Amino acid sequence: MSQLGYSEAKKIATKTILILAVITIFEVFMALLGKGYIVSGFHLPHALMGALMIVMSVVKAYLIIYEFMHMKYEVPGLVKTVLLPTLLLVWAVIAFLYEGNYWNNSRIKVTNPVKVESLKVENHNGGH
Amino acid sequence: MASVSVAQEHDHAHTHEEATWKGGGSPFKASYGKLMMWYFLLSDAFTFSGFLIAYGALRFSVPTWPVPDFVFSSFPGGIHHKPLLFVTLMTFILLASSFTMVRAVQEGHRENKRGVVVWMLWTIIGGLAFLGCQAWEWTTLMGTEHMTITKNPFGTHTESGVYLMGDGHDIKEGDTFKAGESYLVHKHNGEWAPLKYKVTEGPDAGVVKEQKLGPRAFGALFFFITGFHGFHVLSGVAFLLIICLNAATGLYEKRKNGYEMVEKIGLYWHFVDLVWVFVFLCFYLL
Repeated sequence: MSQLGYSEAKKIATKTILILAVITIFEVFMALLGKGYIVSGFHLPHALMGALMIVMSVVKAYLIIYEFMHMKYEVPGLVKTVLLPTLLLVWAVIAFLYEGNYWNNSRIKVTNPVKVESLKVENHNGGH
Repeated sequence: MASVSVAQEHDHAHTHEEATWKGGGSPFKASYGKLMMWYFLLSDAFTFSGFLIAYGALRFSVPTWPVPDFVFSSFPGGIHHKPLLFVTLMTFILLASSFTMVRAVQEGHRENKRGVVVWMLWTIIGGLAFLGCQAWEWTTLMGTEHMTITKNPFGTHTESGVYLMGDGHDIKEGDTFKAGESYLVHKHNGEWAPLKYKVTEGPDAGVVKEQKLGPRAFGALFFFITGFHGFHVLSGVAFLLIICLNAATGLYEKRKNGYEMVEKIGLYWHFVDLVWVFVFLCFYLL
């Protein structure tokens, strides 16, 4: 339930949608710029791009939850019970991406038997 | 509504603690329906996160992955090679419908029936427009580009080379490519027609190879995740229609909590928009 007056709430909604639109345009522009679509031959580092996109998306999520879904005006207890559990996802993301990367490394070993042979030899020598 | 709850609190001020624990007060100052909508959305967020995390893990588990700027570059009207243009349009449609939903909720707060109905109708139109866009996107991917849940024709070169044949579309015989460049395996008369090329650099230089289909999981993940989101949009449109009709017939004017149903479907609709932010991030931006 909003404690704001009608015209004030209307103003905030308009402002929020404009910010969301600008962020989206910026995201797409950066995605294309970073991959050399706008200035040919110009690229940005992959890690920087990824970090930027994730930060922008989190800002968008904040605006949608806090302004559009009125989380800003809910009591702290409600906010905590809804938002804190999502922090578990931070570890889930890290763990599963790490695991995916491990599968990829294992795949390279399996599809490249020469490497596996050399690894076995190394282990054998290491054991003695 | 606000004045009613203030009056209640005033009446029971001396027994406030007791009243709360006996179910008299609402510690979260939110109705049962709204609170449960929040918790439903939390659980739904975990479902979507599970899907998107699976996407991340599978993407990390293969050496190459289709490049979104290459995969999603068609636009209605036979326009090609416009990376991300169409999905940006889809994002704007959904954002706009979120705004019209906010407006409907605000009109509900001041008990303006006409305002609620008009803004909800705009929201429904936005939802349907988004679904239409998604239908076009899927049709292009399945019909023209032959992507299915088990076959993904979008590949990435891991070596530099030169094509030994053309595909009648963009690639001509003698065209060169570098490692990391994308390609689409076409179909001719219902059969996959991968192009032959000669590797020009690296340990395999001089070897003649054939285009391979891209990582198989891509198609399944794309159709399941965007499909699950699209299903949320579809059911959202259905609920919006029901609540819009209820509002139009004056049902909520008689209710004690007024237009709270509009607020609840509003929460759901913004959540659909919120999920799209992350689907957009994972599939199209990263």
